Amino acid sequence: MFRRQTDHYVATFAVDEVRVLRKVASEVVGLLTDGFDHTDPVVGRLFPAVYPKDAAGSAEFRRYTEGDLKTAKIDQAGAILAALPDEAGGEVRLDAEAAEAWLRALNDARLAMGVRLEIKDGTDLGEELDDAVTEDPGSSRVFQLSVYAYLGYLQESLLNALID
Amino acid sequence: MGGMAAPQVAPVETPDTDEVPAADRQWVTIVWDDPVNLMTYVTWVFQKLFGYSRERAEQLMLDVHHKGRAVVSTAPGSGWSTTRRSCTRTGCGRRWTARERAE
Repeated sequence: MFRRQTDHYVATFAVDEVRVLRKVASEVVGLLTDGFDHTDPVVGRLFPAVYPKDAAGSAEFRRYTEGDLKTAKIDQAGAILAALPDEAGGEVRLDAEAAEAWLRALNDARLAMGVRLEIKDGTDLGEELDDAVTEDPGSSRVFQLSVYAYLGYLQESLLNALID
Repeated sequence: MGGMAAPQVAPVETPDTDEVPAADRQWVTIVWDDPVNLMTYVTWVFQKLFGYSRERAEQLMLDVHHKGRAVVSTAPGSGWSTTRRSCTRTGCGRRWTARERAE
């Protein structure tokens, strides 16, 4: 987990963590590039309508801002990919700018997964995971829930290091 | 893991029936609680976007968390669009980024 070393934020990742982070960041990039689809609720979560009662106004706002926003989000997910060690596990060292990009990218990934996993107010992650394991320990839902929880833990540690 | 509060900067545009010149209007940013954004992230976003101290940002975050929604900033209309964009960029905005005229 992340800790602060003077003006850098440092964490050591095991090989499995590197793989998961690479997969998650790549999926975010995919969602924002080839897979970009306004009708996808995940895209709706990352690019919210500005005026919920005014579709035309929202579309207008989107027309002027969406390109930049999408580029920024792709760059942020790219910052994760760029900082990860190649194949094996290892140390990740972020300067302040990269740490912010990671923070935002981790949040986008969590927002996206939250939609897919249907995380609602009052959802107890531990209970969800227990239920999913009882149903089928090898299911994709078990894996997704575990990744979602892991990303939250990682984001929290980076936040604590940043705010410190 | 920490709590799961969250901010939605949801601006709701209300009809303006008044004759207040646009430059004099105040806009408020309302943030909704949500289950995905981390409380710590919300605090960080408030500090980043509005320049609040950590104490103030935490207080506002708790306000949002306990009440379900809260006004987190008031600013002249001209500053609104920048705030809105930053909110979307940080992922804190979702349904609406509250755009209501302050009383």
